[in-house]
This record gives sequence, structure tokens and C-alpha cells, in this order.
Amino acid sequence: MTTDHPPVEDWAVDFDHTDERYAANPFPIWDEIRSSACPIARTERYGGAWLPTRHADVSAIAYDTDHFSSRSILMSAVRPPLEAAPMGIAPPISSDPPFHGGARRVLLPAFSPQAVGKLEASTRAYCDELIDAMRGREVVDAATDYAQNIPVRVIATMLGFPLGDDDRFREFVVEVIEGVDLPPEARMDSMGALYEYLRAQIEDHTAHPRDDLTSFLLNAEIDGEQLGFEHVGRTIALLLLAGIDTTWSAIGASLFHLASTPGDRERLVAEPELVPTAVEELLRAYAPVTMARLVTEDIDFNGCPMKAEDWVLLPFPAANRDPEFLADADEVVIDREVNRHSAFGLGIHRCAGSHLARMELRVALEAWLDAFPTFTLADAHGVRWSGGQVRGPRRLPIAIG
Amino acid sequence: MISLRVKIDEASCEGHGRCYALAPALFEPDEIGNASVLGDGIVPAGEEDRARRAVANCPEHAIAIDAST
Repeated sequence: MTTDHPPVEDWAVDFDHTDERYAANPFPIWDEIRSSACPIARTERYGGAWLPTRHADVSAIAYDTDHFSSRSILMSAVRPPLEAAPMGIAPPISSDPPFHGGARRVLLPAFSPQAVGKLEASTRAYCDELIDAMRGREVVDAATDYAQNIPVRVIATMLGFPLGDDDRFREFVVEVIEGVDLPPEARMDSMGALYEYLRAQIEDHTAHPRDDLTSFLLNAEIDGEQLGFEHVGRTIALLLLAGIDTTWSAIGASLFHLASTPGDRERLVAEPELVPTAVEELLRAYAPVTMARLVTEDIDFNGCPMKAEDWVLLPFPAANRDPEFLADADEVVIDREVNRHSAFGLGIHRCAGSHLARMELRVALEAWLDAFPTFTLADAHGVRWSGGQVRGPRRLPIAIG
Repeated sequence: MISLRVKIDEASCEGHGRCYALAPALFEPDEIGNASVLGDGIVPAGEEDRARRAVANCPEHAIAIDAST
């Protein structure tokens, strides 16, 4: 059951990021707002929120952590209590400075390029395993048969969680991230179920430490003090939730683009050394993630009277397509050489898992292009995109040839 | 002789890693993924294009390139 959301009639003053049209095709909506007299849209839904669309506004807000708090980064009808700061529900993404710095510093070594490099061979082997299971079929769902599974397996392996629990992770992700329009009680229930699951895993790791990320976090210290059970649990929640939905979306959106753009697909098959450059362009053009902030005190932001506790969405995908930021921003140019995109955010909250996500996306595309060099979209009308703050294909019928 | 030198503003670098991916002979990641300049930052002959691409792709505008004598 979802709360009642009347369809949006005027995006400038009544936007809703869970509207079906926003999920299916947000680009014209952002273009319309961006080129209007006020490029920051407003809504009274969710208790009041703003939607900047220009790169300059999105980046200014991302950098201003004094006026725009990360206490909650998922916009819903529920604002977490002020006491949730400074840690927030999922540190460090939900934390403000100065707490944020230590909570982030402790996590980054596990996601450095060096650490991620060690996971590449097993990721490729897993992609090949998924591909082998698809061979012989004419049409597959690249979203659920392929893209979705990759980040689930990678993060579960890193955390040392039972691989057989993959289906449960997927449920948590969908309920928490895509369930923002559920009534508050239902949202609390789904968060509760997730924390209950994590508690059992952490207790098992406390009793039986091993060489994985969960044990690493349990032993980690900030200023000589261990993180504590609550901090570890919430950070793991972040890794599961933020690591799965997002990467799944990026892989799926990239396959969607290549399936519907034969010229780009053929070029990458012929020039596989171009894949890393193409990955950056696909991340720019189909950036999955929109973040949220809460205004800390009344502020006039470029003519918008923002009030304390208003939400502000940070649509990095809209910023990436701002023609003032980048020439031909609406076109996908897979060999684009100058591409300062912010698919992973800007400033102190740069996605901690960005190196991992890039590796997964590149390896997933390389394995797929090797196996199915002539794939095409099987049914353009059968593609379904998720709404809300993480956008990617949730159904993607592809003929693998 | 004039050559190019790259420099990173450590306060602006957030570890996106575009520079060390595009120009691994000039930049390297530290243990948290932030970038540092290899050696004295002087751009060897043949690396000029890669240096310019690293500068032009940094989302935080954290890299500068200067002529150095």
C-alpha cells in the first residue's frame, strides 16, 4: 500500500520524484524546470521540498554542508529526529562534519582502488557464471537476470554474509530505498527487519571474527575508540543499501543504452579499450543517484526562501545534463574526452564506493559484450524504470542473439 | 627549457580518481583513494595530453597545470 500521490500537474510548484512520468523519463522535466524563470522547483509534498536542476546550484548545495545537512539523504514524509545527528541512520553518508570525517576515513581503505583491484577477478568470474546461465535463451531480463545480481554478490562477499541470503538483501533494498512513499509505520517496519538481520550477522562476527569487512569495521577505531555496535550496523546498512540499488541501476542503464544504440554497441565490441571512457559517459548521462539534504536554518538560496527542515533534492543526473555545464549535454558521446561528471556526487560525500562501482560496471559490460556482441532491446515498451532517488531499469528485456 | 608541472590541491581532492585512471604515470592513489602527484609533478615528454585530460576531468577542479622553468 502506498500513500496517495495525486499526479503532478505543474512540475515547477508541485514536483514529485515518485511520479511515474519522472521515473520513466525525467530528462524533459529537468530541462523544462532548468530553462524556466526559476530553475529550482518547489513542492509542498513531503512537508516541503526543493529541486535544483542547474549544475551550479546542485554543486553549491553539495558543498554547503553548514546550511544543507545530510541527517537524512532519502526524502520521504518522515524526517529523522534532530537527535539522529551527527551520526544519522547510515554513517558516513548521513553524517555532517565534524563527525563525518572520522566515520568516512575509517571506511575508505576498504574501497580504495587497490582494495577494489583485488575483487576484479572474482567479479568477472561471477559475471561469466550469470552469463553462462543465460546462454541458449532468446530473451533475458538484463535487470534481474544479470545487473541486479552483481553488486549483491560483491558486497555480500566483502561483508562475509551468507551468499544464500541474496534474495533477502534485494528485498531490503527495494523496501527501504524504493519504499519512500510508504506510510511511516510500514517504513519503520522495513528498517526494523533490516536492522534485525544485521544484528544477527554482526553478533556472529563478534563471536567468530574473520578476514572480511564486517570484522574489519568491528575492530576499527576512530580516535582510539571502537565504532560500537550501532555505528557498525548502520554503516553496513549503508553498504548494502547504497551499494546494491545504485550499481544495479548503472549496469542496467548502460546495457539499456547499448541495446538501443547499435552504433555505440558495435564500437565498444570493436574497440574494447574504449570501455573505461564509455563507462564515464554512461555514468554521466544515466547517473542513477539523486541525494537529499535537509535545510538547517532559513536561507535565501538564489531567490528561493528555503526554510529550516525543508528537503532539497540533489539530482546529480540533472546537473550532468545541464547545457551550461557541458556542451551537447543531452547526447551520449561514448568517447567523450572532457567529462567532469558528478555521478558520484561532489565534495565531502563523494560516493565512498565509487571505485568499486566503476569496477563492477566496467567488468559487467566487458563480460556482457564478450558474450553477447549483437544484443538488442527485445521490447522497448517492456522496459520499466525505478522511481524515486535511484533510477535504473527494473525490467529490461534484451534479445541476446 | 619550459616544461609542464601538475599540482593537486589536497583540500579540494575528494578521491574521485579520474586523474590516476587517465594519467597513471603522473598521479597515484593513496590508501584512501585520494590522489597524489608522482615525483615532482614535472610532466615527461609524451604525457602532456594525458596531463591535460586529468585536469579537465577532475569533478572538483582540484588539479592545476602550470608551465615550469
